[in-house]
Amino acid sequence: MSVATRDVHLSFGRHQVLRGIDLAVGRGETACVIGPSGSGKSTLLRVVNRLLEPDRGDVLLDGVSVLDQDPDALRQRIGMVFQQFNLFPHMTVLRNVTLALRQLKKLSRDEATELALRQLDLVGLRHKADVRPGRLSGGQQQRVAIARALAMSPRVMLFDEATSALDPELVKGVLSLMAELAGQGMTMLVVTHEMGFARQVADQVVFLDRGRVVEAGPPAQVFEDPRSERLAQFLSQVL
Amino acid sequence: METLATLWETFFDLESMREALPEMLTVGLPNTLLLALLSAILGTLLGMLLAMAGLARTRWLRWPARLYTDVFRGLPAAVTILLIGVGLAPLGLAWWGPNPYPLGILALSLIAAAYIGEIFRSGIQSVEASQLEATRALGLSHGAAMRLVIIPQGVRRVLPAWVNQLIALIKDSSLVYFLGLVASQRELFRIGQDYAANTGNESALLLAGLFYLVITVPLTHLVNWVDRRLRDGRAGGPEPDSDDPVALAGEAAPSTGGSGRETRHA
Repeated sequence: MSVATRDVHLSFGRHQVLRGIDLAVGRGETACVIGPSGSGKSTLLRVVNRLLEPDRGDVLLDGVSVLDQDPDALRQRIGMVFQQFNLFPHMTVLRNVTLALRQLKKLSRDEATELALRQLDLVGLRHKADVRPGRLSGGQQQRVAIARALAMSPRVMLFDEATSALDPELVKGVLSLMAELAGQGMTMLVVTHEMGFARQVADQVVFLDRGRVVEAGPPAQVFEDPRSERLAQFLSQVL
Repeated sequence: METLATLWETFFDLESMREALPEMLTVGLPNTLLLALLSAILGTLLGMLLAMAGLARTRWLRWPARLYTDVFRGLPAAVTILLIGVGLAPLGLAWWGPNPYPLGILALSLIAAAYIGEIFRSGIQSVEASQLEATRALGLSHGAAMRLVIIPQGVRRVLPAWVNQLIALIKDSSLVYFLGLVASQRELFRIGQDYAANTGNESALLLAGLFYLVITVPLTHLVNWVDRRLRDGRAGGPEPDSDDPVALAGEAAPSTGGSGRETRHA
Protein backbone atom coordinates (compact mmCIF):
# COMPACT_ATOMS: atom_id res chain seq x y z
CA MET A 1 0.00 0.00 0.00
CA SER A 2 1.45 3.36 -0.96
CA VAL A 3 1.45 6.35 1.38
CA ALA A 4 1.50 9.97 0.32
CA THR A 5 1.07 13.26 2.13
CA ARG A 6 0.05 16.46 0.36
CA ASP A 7 0.90 19.83 1.84
CA VAL A 8 0.20 18.70 5.41
CA HIS A 9 0.04 21.52 7.96
CA LEU A 10 -0.46 21.11 11.68
CA SER A 11 -0.13 23.56 14.57
CA PHE A 12 -0.33 23.08 18.31
CA GLY A 13 -1.67 26.43 19.40
CA ARG A 14 0.64 29.02 17.88
CA HIS A 15 3.43 26.52 17.32
CA GLN A 16 3.55 25.33 13.71
CA VAL A 17 4.82 21.76 13.85
CA LEU A 18 4.22 20.71 10.24
CA ARG A 19 4.46 23.35 7.54
CA GLY A 20 3.51 21.77 4.25
CA ILE A 21 4.80 18.20 4.13
CA ASP A 22 4.83 16.43 0.77
CA LEU A 23 5.89 12.84 0.84
CA ALA A 24 5.44 9.75 -1.32
CA VAL A 25 6.28 6.23 -0.24
CA GLY A 26 5.67 3.57 -2.88
CA ARG A 27 4.10 0.20 -2.17
CA GLY A 28 6.57 -2.06 -0.38
CA GLU A 29 9.04 0.75 0.12
CA THR A 30 10.71 1.84 3.33
CA ALA A 31 11.11 5.54 3.97
CA CYS A 32 13.26 6.69 6.86
CA VAL A 33 12.48 10.08 8.30
CA ILE A 34 15.44 11.76 9.95
CA GLY A 35 15.93 15.19 11.45
CA PRO A 36 16.64 17.04 14.67
CA SER A 37 14.26 16.64 17.62
CA GLY A 38 11.28 18.93 17.37
CA SER A 39 11.35 18.83 13.59
CA GLY A 40 7.89 17.21 13.43
CA LYS A 41 8.85 13.60 12.62
CA SER A 42 6.64 11.92 15.24
CA THR A 43 3.80 14.32 14.53
CA LEU A 44 3.95 13.41 10.86
CA LEU A 45 3.55 9.71 11.65
CA ARG A 46 0.50 10.44 13.79
CA VAL A 47 -1.14 12.32 10.98
CA VAL A 48 -0.87 9.25 8.75
CA ASN A 49 -3.04 7.11 11.07
CA ARG A 50 -5.10 10.09 12.23
CA LEU A 51 -4.03 10.05 15.84
CA LEU A 52 -3.66 13.72 14.93
CA GLU A 53 -5.74 15.58 12.37
CA PRO A 54 -3.97 17.94 9.97
CA ASP A 55 -5.15 21.55 9.84
CA ARG A 56 -4.63 21.52 6.10
CA GLY A 57 -3.54 19.09 3.42
CA ASP A 58 -4.25 15.43 2.90
CA VAL A 59 -2.89 11.94 3.49
CA LEU A 60 -3.45 9.32 0.80
CA LEU A 61 -3.26 5.54 1.08
CA ASP A 62 -3.19 3.96 -2.38
CA GLY A 63 -4.44 7.29 -3.64
CA VAL A 64 -7.46 7.42 -1.32
CA SER A 65 -7.70 10.15 1.31
CA VAL A 66 -7.55 8.85 4.89
CA LEU A 67 -9.62 11.83 6.00
CA ASP A 68 -12.66 10.23 4.39
CA GLN A 69 -12.16 6.94 6.20
CA ASP A 70 -13.34 5.78 9.59
CA PRO A 71 -10.30 6.29 11.86
CA ASP A 72 -10.70 2.98 13.69
CA ALA A 73 -11.00 1.00 10.45
CA LEU A 74 -8.06 2.93 9.01
CA ARG A 75 -5.85 2.15 12.01
CA GLN A 76 -6.51 -1.56 11.68
CA ARG A 77 -4.63 -1.41 8.38
CA ILE A 78 -1.76 0.66 9.76
CA GLY A 79 0.48 -0.80 12.45
CA MET A 80 2.33 1.53 14.79
CA VAL A 81 5.33 0.96 17.04
CA PHE A 82 6.27 3.50 19.70
CA GLN A 83 9.49 4.67 21.30
CA GLN A 84 8.32 3.60 24.76
CA PHE A 85 6.77 0.31 23.48
CA ASN A 86 3.46 1.14 25.21
CA LEU A 87 2.60 -2.46 25.93
CA PHE A 88 -0.33 -2.95 28.29
CA PRO A 89 1.36 -3.70 31.63
CA HIS A 90 -1.69 -5.34 33.22
CA MET A 91 -1.97 -8.01 30.53
CA THR A 92 0.25 -10.93 29.65
CA VAL A 93 2.35 -10.74 26.50
CA LEU A 94 -0.14 -13.06 24.81
CA ARG A 95 -3.14 -10.92 25.71
CA ASN A 96 -1.32 -7.82 24.49
CA VAL A 97 -1.25 -9.46 21.07
CA THR A 98 -4.72 -11.05 21.12
CA LEU A 99 -6.62 -8.01 22.43
CA ALA A 100 -7.22 -6.31 19.08
CA LEU A 101 -7.64 -9.65 17.29
CA ARG A 102 -10.50 -10.57 19.57
CA GLN A 103 -12.07 -7.12 19.85
CA LEU A 104 -11.78 -6.03 16.23
CA LYS A 105 -11.28 -9.10 14.07
CA LYS A 106 -13.73 -10.99 16.28
CA LEU A 107 -11.55 -14.08 16.33
CA SER A 108 -12.37 -16.83 18.81
CA ARG A 109 -10.06 -17.25 21.77
CA ASP A 110 -8.36 -20.25 20.15
CA GLU A 111 -7.93 -18.58 16.77
CA ALA A 112 -6.53 -15.42 18.32
CA THR A 113 -4.17 -17.37 20.56
CA GLU A 114 -2.88 -19.45 17.67
CA LEU A 115 -2.29 -16.41 15.49
CA ALA A 116 -0.65 -14.49 18.35
CA LEU A 117 1.66 -17.36 19.24
CA ARG A 118 2.73 -17.64 15.61
CA GLN A 119 3.43 -13.92 15.56
CA LEU A 120 5.37 -14.11 18.82
CA ASP A 121 7.33 -17.00 17.38
CA LEU A 122 8.38 -14.78 14.48
CA VAL A 123 9.86 -12.24 16.89
CA GLY A 124 11.42 -15.01 18.95
CA LEU A 125 9.29 -14.56 22.08
CA ARG A 126 6.75 -17.35 21.99
CA HIS A 127 8.19 -18.66 25.25
CA LYS A 128 7.32 -15.36 26.97
CA ALA A 129 3.63 -15.51 26.07
CA ASP A 130 2.46 -15.91 29.66
CA VAL A 131 4.56 -13.27 31.43
CA ARG A 132 3.79 -9.61 31.97
CA PRO A 133 5.66 -7.07 29.84
CA GLY A 134 7.31 -5.62 32.96
CA ARG A 135 9.44 -8.75 33.23
CA LEU A 136 10.91 -8.37 29.75
CA SER A 137 13.92 -6.38 28.64
CA GLY A 138 13.30 -3.28 26.56
CA GLY A 139 14.33 -5.08 23.40
CA GLN A 140 11.96 -7.93 24.12
CA GLN A 141 9.14 -5.50 24.89
CA GLN A 142 9.67 -3.74 21.61
CA ARG A 143 9.62 -7.04 19.73
CA VAL A 144 6.33 -7.88 21.44
CA ALA A 145 5.01 -4.46 20.40
CA ILE A 146 5.99 -5.24 16.81
CA ALA A 147 4.25 -8.63 17.06
CA ARG A 148 1.16 -6.90 18.45
CA ALA A 149 1.06 -4.56 15.46
CA LEU A 150 1.82 -7.27 12.89
CA ALA A 151 -0.85 -9.62 14.24
CA MET A 152 -3.47 -7.32 12.74
CA SER A 153 -1.95 -7.89 9.28
CA PRO A 154 -1.38 -4.19 8.58
CA ARG A 155 -0.56 -2.97 5.09
CA VAL A 156 1.62 -0.15 6.38
CA MET A 157 3.89 0.04 9.43
CA LEU A 158 4.83 3.21 11.27
CA PHE A 159 7.88 3.16 13.54
CA ASP A 160 8.31 6.10 15.90
CA GLU A 161 11.92 6.00 17.13
CA ALA A 162 11.46 2.34 17.92
CA THR A 163 14.99 1.88 19.25
CA SER A 164 15.62 5.24 20.93
CA ALA A 165 14.65 4.03 24.39
CA LEU A 166 16.72 0.84 24.20
CA ASP A 167 20.08 0.08 25.71
CA PRO A 168 22.69 -0.02 22.96
CA GLU A 169 23.12 -3.78 23.12
CA LEU A 170 19.38 -4.32 22.56
CA VAL A 171 19.05 -2.08 19.51
CA LYS A 172 20.37 -4.54 16.97
CA GLY A 173 17.75 -7.22 17.60
CA VAL A 174 14.91 -4.77 16.96
CA LEU A 175 16.56 -3.22 13.92
CA SER A 176 17.19 -6.62 12.33
CA LEU A 177 13.53 -7.45 12.84
CA MET A 178 12.56 -4.19 11.11
CA ALA A 179 15.00 -4.85 8.25
CA GLU A 180 13.52 -8.30 7.83
CA LEU A 181 10.04 -6.80 7.62
CA ALA A 182 11.18 -4.27 5.01
CA GLY A 183 12.73 -7.12 3.04
CA GLN A 184 9.37 -8.90 3.00
CA GLY A 185 7.82 -5.97 1.19
CA MET A 186 6.03 -4.15 4.00
CA THR A 187 5.44 -0.47 3.33
CA MET A 188 7.19 1.30 6.19
CA LEU A 189 7.53 4.83 7.44
CA VAL A 190 10.37 4.84 9.96
CA VAL A 191 11.30 7.76 12.17
CA THR A 192 14.79 6.97 13.38
CA HIS A 193 18.11 8.23 14.63
CA GLU A 194 19.83 5.07 13.42
CA MET A 195 21.65 6.39 10.38
CA GLY A 196 23.23 3.00 9.66
CA PHE A 197 19.78 1.45 9.43
CA ALA A 198 18.53 4.24 7.18
CA ARG A 199 21.52 3.86 4.91
CA GLN A 200 21.15 0.09 4.55
CA VAL A 201 17.40 -0.47 4.58
CA ALA A 202 15.69 2.69 3.33
CA ASP A 203 14.59 3.13 -0.25
CA GLN A 204 14.17 6.76 0.55
CA VAL A 205 15.51 9.04 3.25
CA VAL A 206 13.54 12.14 4.17
CA PHE A 207 15.23 14.93 6.10
CA LEU A 208 12.78 16.99 8.10
CA ASP A 209 13.62 20.29 9.75
CA ARG A 210 11.25 22.73 11.43
CA GLY A 211 8.18 21.14 9.92
CA ARG A 212 9.41 21.05 6.33
CA VAL A 213 10.95 18.40 4.09
CA VAL A 214 14.33 19.89 3.41
CA GLU A 215 15.65 17.04 1.32
CA ALA A 216 14.49 13.59 0.25
CA GLY A 217 16.07 10.95 -1.91
CA PRO A 218 17.84 7.60 -1.99
CA PRO A 219 20.15 7.07 0.98
CA ALA A 220 23.32 7.30 -1.11
CA GLN A 221 22.36 10.75 -2.29
CA VAL A 222 21.15 12.05 1.06
CA PHE A 223 24.08 10.77 3.07
CA GLU A 224 26.94 11.18 0.55
CA ASP A 225 25.84 14.22 -1.32
CA PRO A 226 23.67 16.51 0.85
CA ARG A 227 22.56 19.52 -1.14
CA SER A 228 21.47 21.77 1.68
CA GLU A 229 23.56 23.38 4.35
CA ARG A 230 21.16 22.22 7.07
CA LEU A 231 21.32 18.55 6.14
CA ALA A 232 25.11 18.69 5.88
CA GLN A 233 25.20 20.27 9.32
CA PHE A 234 22.79 17.72 10.78
CA LEU A 235 24.75 14.80 9.35
CA SER A 236 28.01 16.17 10.66
CA GLN A 237 26.47 16.18 14.14
CA VAL A 238 25.01 12.66 14.10
CA LEU A 239 27.54 10.70 12.03
CA MET B 1 -7.48 1.28 94.19
CA GLU B 2 -11.20 1.29 94.31
CA THR B 3 -11.40 3.73 91.39
CA LEU B 4 -9.15 1.47 89.37
CA ALA B 5 -11.35 -1.50 90.11
CA THR B 6 -14.40 0.47 89.03
CA LEU B 7 -12.69 1.50 85.84
CA TRP B 8 -11.74 -2.11 85.17
CA GLU B 9 -15.32 -3.19 85.61
CA THR B 10 -16.58 -0.40 83.40
CA PHE B 11 -14.64 -1.70 80.44
CA PHE B 12 -13.83 -5.31 81.15
CA ASP B 13 -16.82 -6.75 82.90
CA LEU B 14 -16.70 -10.20 81.34
CA GLU B 15 -20.17 -11.08 82.57
CA SER B 16 -21.70 -8.17 80.61
CA MET B 17 -19.72 -9.15 77.57
CA ARG B 18 -20.83 -12.76 77.78
CA GLU B 19 -24.40 -11.59 78.00
CA ALA B 20 -24.12 -9.45 74.86
CA LEU B 21 -22.02 -11.85 72.83
CA PRO B 22 -24.72 -14.16 71.40
CA GLU B 23 -26.83 -11.33 70.06
CA MET B 24 -23.79 -9.58 68.65
CA LEU B 25 -22.82 -12.71 66.80
CA THR B 26 -26.26 -13.64 65.51
CA VAL B 27 -27.80 -10.20 64.96
CA GLY B 28 -25.25 -7.39 65.15
CA LEU B 29 -22.45 -8.84 63.08
CA PRO B 30 -24.64 -10.04 60.17
CA ASN B 31 -26.43 -6.69 60.10
CA THR B 32 -23.21 -4.66 60.12
CA LEU B 33 -21.74 -6.84 57.37
CA LEU B 34 -24.95 -6.59 55.35
CA LEU B 35 -25.03 -2.78 55.64
CA ALA B 36 -21.34 -2.45 54.76
CA LEU B 37 -21.34 -4.99 51.95
CA LEU B 38 -24.43 -3.68 50.14
CA SER B 39 -23.32 -0.06 50.46
CA ALA B 40 -19.83 -1.04 49.32
CA ILE B 41 -21.22 -2.62 46.15
CA LEU B 42 -23.65 0.19 45.42
CA GLY B 43 -21.14 2.88 46.39
CA THR B 44 -18.47 1.37 44.14
CA LEU B 45 -20.80 1.17 41.16
CA LEU B 46 -22.01 4.74 41.70
CA GLY B 47 -18.42 5.84 42.29
CA MET B 48 -17.35 4.39 38.94
CA LEU B 49 -20.18 6.24 37.20
CA LEU B 50 -19.15 9.45 38.96
CA ALA B 51 -15.53 8.95 37.92
CA MET B 52 -16.58 8.43 34.30
CA ALA B 53 -18.78 11.52 34.43
CA GLY B 54 -15.96 13.49 36.04
CA LEU B 55 -13.66 12.54 33.15
CA ALA B 56 -16.22 13.10 30.40
CA ARG B 57 -15.48 15.49 27.60
CA THR B 58 -18.75 17.35 28.05
CA ARG B 59 -19.15 19.73 30.95
CA TRP B 60 -22.79 18.66 31.28
CA LEU B 61 -21.50 15.46 32.85
CA ARG B 62 -18.40 16.91 34.53
CA TRP B 63 -20.13 19.70 36.40
CA PRO B 64 -22.93 17.64 37.98
CA ALA B 65 -20.32 15.05 39.02
CA ARG B 66 -18.22 17.81 40.60
CA LEU B 67 -21.24 19.25 42.42
CA TYR B 68 -22.32 15.84 43.69
CA THR B 69 -18.84 15.10 44.99
CA ASP B 70 -18.53 18.46 46.72
CA VAL B 71 -21.90 18.07 48.44
CA PHE B 72 -21.61 14.49 49.66
CA ARG B 73 -17.98 14.80 50.69
CA GLY B 74 -18.68 18.09 52.42
CA LEU B 75 -21.63 17.00 54.57
CA PRO B 76 -21.14 15.15 57.85
CA ALA B 77 -22.20 11.53 57.41
CA ALA B 78 -24.74 11.88 60.23
CA VAL B 79 -26.45 14.77 58.44
CA THR B 80 -26.72 12.89 55.16
CA ILE B 81 -27.99 9.74 56.85
CA LEU B 82 -30.65 11.64 58.79
CA LEU B 83 -31.72 13.77 55.82
CA ILE B 84 -32.15 10.77 53.58
CA GLY B 85 -33.26 8.19 56.14
CA VAL B 86 -35.78 10.40 57.87
CA GLY B 87 -36.57 12.76 55.01
CA LEU B 88 -37.41 10.01 52.57
CA ALA B 89 -38.98 7.72 55.19
CA PRO B 90 -42.55 8.35 53.96
CA LEU B 91 -41.50 7.15 50.50
CA GLY B 92 -39.84 4.10 52.04
CA LEU B 93 -42.88 3.35 54.07
CA ALA B 94 -45.01 3.34 50.95
CA TRP B 95 -42.59 1.14 49.00
CA TRP B 96 -41.26 -1.44 51.42
CA GLY B 97 -42.72 -0.74 54.84
CA PRO B 98 -41.11 0.41 58.07
CA ASN B 99 -37.60 -0.90 57.41
CA PRO B 100 -34.92 1.81 57.68
CA TYR B 101 -32.26 -0.36 56.04
CA PRO B 102 -32.85 0.46 52.36
CA LEU B 103 -32.60 4.19 53.02
CA GLY B 104 -29.67 3.70 55.37
CA ILE B 105 -27.85 1.69 52.72
CA LEU B 106 -28.74 4.31 50.12
CA ALA B 107 -27.36 7.11 52.30
CA LEU B 108 -24.15 5.20 53.07
CA SER B 109 -23.73 4.39 49.37
CA LEU B 110 -24.23 7.98 48.29
CA ILE B 111 -21.55 9.13 50.75
CA ALA B 112 -19.11 6.36 49.81
CA ALA B 113 -19.68 7.01 46.09
CA ALA B 114 -18.44 10.59 46.43
CA TYR B 115 -15.13 9.42 47.89
CA ILE B 116 -14.75 6.33 45.71
CA GLY B 117 -15.53 8.38 42.60
CA GLU B 118 -12.63 10.70 43.41
CA ILE B 119 -10.35 7.74 44.09
CA PHE B 120 -11.18 6.08 40.77
CA ARG B 121 -10.95 9.35 38.85
CA SER B 122 -7.47 10.11 40.13
CA GLY B 123 -6.35 6.55 39.36
CA ILE B 124 -7.71 6.62 35.84
CA GLN B 125 -6.17 10.03 35.24
CA SER B 126 -2.78 8.76 36.34
CA VAL B 127 -2.60 6.28 33.45
CA GLU B 128 -0.19 7.61 30.85
CA ALA B 129 -1.77 9.14 27.74
CA SER B 130 0.53 6.93 25.67
CA GLN B 131 -1.50 3.89 26.75
CA LEU B 132 -4.62 5.39 25.23
CA GLU B 133 -2.68 6.36 22.12
CA ALA B 134 -1.31 2.84 21.67
CA THR B 135 -4.77 1.32 22.09
CA ARG B 136 -6.34 3.72 19.63
CA ALA B 137 -3.50 3.06 17.18
CA LEU B 138 -4.54 -0.60 17.13
CA GLY B 139 -7.97 0.50 15.96
CA LEU B 140 -9.96 0.19 19.19
CA SER B 141 -12.62 2.80 19.86
CA HIS B 142 -12.27 5.30 22.70
CA GLY B 143 -14.84 3.41 24.75
CA ALA B 144 -13.17 0.03 24.26
CA ALA B 145 -9.77 1.54 25.06
CA MET B 146 -11.09 2.98 28.31
CA ARG B 147 -12.87 -0.23 29.29
CA LEU B 148 -10.11 -2.68 28.45
CA VAL B 149 -6.88 -0.76 28.97
CA ILE B 150 -7.20 2.54 30.84
CA ILE B 151 -9.77 1.84 33.56
CA PRO B 152 -8.34 -1.56 34.62
CA GLN B 153 -4.91 0.01 35.05
CA GLY B 154 -6.24 3.10 36.81
CA VAL B 155 -8.38 1.11 39.25
CA ARG B 156 -5.48 -1.22 40.05
CA ARG B 157 -3.35 1.73 41.08
CA VAL B 158 -5.89 2.97 43.63
CA LEU B 159 -7.04 -0.34 45.10
CA PRO B 160 -5.40 0.48 48.47
CA ALA B 161 -7.28 3.78 48.69
CA TRP B 162 -10.48 1.98 47.72
CA VAL B 163 -10.07 -0.57 50.54
CA ASN B 164 -9.49 2.32 52.95
CA GLN B 165 -12.84 3.69 51.88
CA LEU B 166 -14.48 0.34 52.59
CA ILE B 167 -13.04 0.48 56.10
CA ALA B 168 -14.57 3.92 56.59
CA LEU B 169 -17.85 2.51 55.32
CA ILE B 170 -17.85 -0.32 57.87
CA LYS B 171 -17.37 2.21 60.66
CA ASP B 172 -19.96 4.64 59.28
CA SER B 173 -22.54 1.87 59.08
CA SER B 174 -22.97 2.33 62.85
CA LEU B 175 -24.68 5.64 62.14
CA VAL B 176 -27.86 4.02 60.80
CA TYR B 177 -28.95 3.65 64.42
CA PHE B 178 -30.17 7.24 64.04
CA LEU B 179 -32.97 5.90 61.88
CA GLY B 180 -34.54 3.87 64.67
CA LEU B 181 -34.02 0.14 64.46
CA VAL B 182 -36.26 -2.63 65.76
CA ALA B 183 -34.54 -5.40 67.74
CA SER B 184 -33.74 -7.64 64.78
CA GLN B 185 -32.30 -4.76 62.76
CA ARG B 186 -29.72 -3.64 65.30
CA GLU B 187 -26.11 -3.71 64.15
CA LEU B 188 -22.99 -4.10 66.31
CA PHE B 189 -22.85 -0.59 67.71
CA ARG B 190 -26.52 -0.41 68.66
CA ILE B 191 -26.46 -3.77 70.42
CA GLY B 192 -23.35 -2.77 72.32
CA GLN B 193 -24.93 0.50 73.31
CA ASP B 194 -28.19 -1.13 74.43
CA TYR B 195 -26.42 -3.67 76.62
CA ALA B 196 -24.19 -0.93 78.00
CA ALA B 197 -27.24 1.07 78.99
CA ASN B 198 -28.82 -1.95 80.70
CA THR B 199 -25.76 -3.13 82.59
CA GLY B 200 -24.56 0.31 83.54
CA ASN B 201 -21.04 -0.35 82.25
CA GLU B 202 -19.36 0.05 78.90
CA SER B 203 -18.07 -3.49 78.51
CA ALA B 204 -20.62 -4.50 75.86
CA LEU B 205 -19.73 -1.41 73.87
CA LEU B 206 -16.08 -2.34 74.15
CA LEU B 207 -16.97 -5.78 72.84
CA ALA B 208 -18.70 -4.14 69.87
CA GLY B 209 -15.50 -2.16 69.32
CA LEU B 210 -13.52 -5.39 69.30
CA PHE B 211 -15.84 -6.75 66.63
CA TYR B 212 -15.16 -3.69 64.46
CA LEU B 213 -11.43 -4.16 64.94
CA VAL B 214 -11.64 -7.82 63.98
CA ILE B 215 -13.17 -6.75 60.66
CA THR B 216 -11.16 -3.61 59.94
CA VAL B 217 -7.64 -4.50 61.09
CA PRO B 218 -7.26 -7.44 58.68
CA LEU B 219 -8.55 -5.13 55.95
CA THR B 220 -5.89 -2.52 56.70
CA HIS B 221 -3.27 -5.23 56.45
CA LEU B 222 -4.86 -6.42 53.23
CA VAL B 223 -4.43 -2.86 51.93
CA ASN B 224 -0.74 -2.88 52.75
CA TRP B 225 -0.30 -6.28 51.18
CA VAL B 226 -2.13 -5.27 48.01
CA ASP B 227 -0.14 -2.04 47.90
CA ARG B 228 3.17 -3.88 48.19
CA ARG B 229 2.21 -6.40 45.57
CA LEU B 230 1.09 -3.78 43.11
CA ARG B 231 4.26 -1.80 43.65
CA ASP B 232 6.49 -4.79 43.08
CA GLY B 233 4.46 -5.91 40.11
CA ARG B 234 4.52 -2.52 38.46
CA ALA B 235 8.05 -1.30 39.04
CA GLY B 236 9.56 -4.76 39.01
CA GLY B 237 12.82 -4.67 37.12
CA PRO B 238 13.32 -7.14 34.33
CA GLU B 239 14.00 -10.62 35.59
CA PRO B 240 17.29 -12.19 34.72
CA ASP B 241 16.64 -13.68 31.36
CA SER B 242 19.66 -15.62 30.22
CA ASP B 243 17.55 -18.45 28.88
CA ASP B 244 16.39 -16.56 25.83
CA PRO B 245 16.94 -19.28 23.24
CA VAL B 246 16.55 -16.95 20.31
CA ALA B 247 19.35 -14.58 21.16
CA LEU B 248 18.76 -12.31 18.22
CA ALA B 249 22.00 -10.82 17.06
CA GLY B 250 23.29 -8.36 19.59
CA GLU B 251 20.45 -8.65 22.08
CA ALA B 252 21.76 -9.75 25.42
CA ALA B 253 19.81 -10.42 28.57
CA PRO B 254 19.02 -7.12 30.30
CA SER B 255 21.02 -7.53 33.45
CA THR B 256 22.11 -9.93 36.11
CA GLY B 257 19.75 -10.93 38.88
CA GLY B 258 21.45 -8.72 41.43
CA SER B 259 21.25 -5.44 39.59
CA GLY B 260 17.77 -6.28 38.34
CA ARG B 261 16.59 -6.42 41.91
CA GLU B 262 18.24 -3.14 42.82
CA THR B 263 16.37 -1.22 40.13
CA ARG B 264 13.19 -2.14 41.94
CA HIS B 265 13.88 0.39 44.62
CA ALA B 266 15.39 2.98 42.33
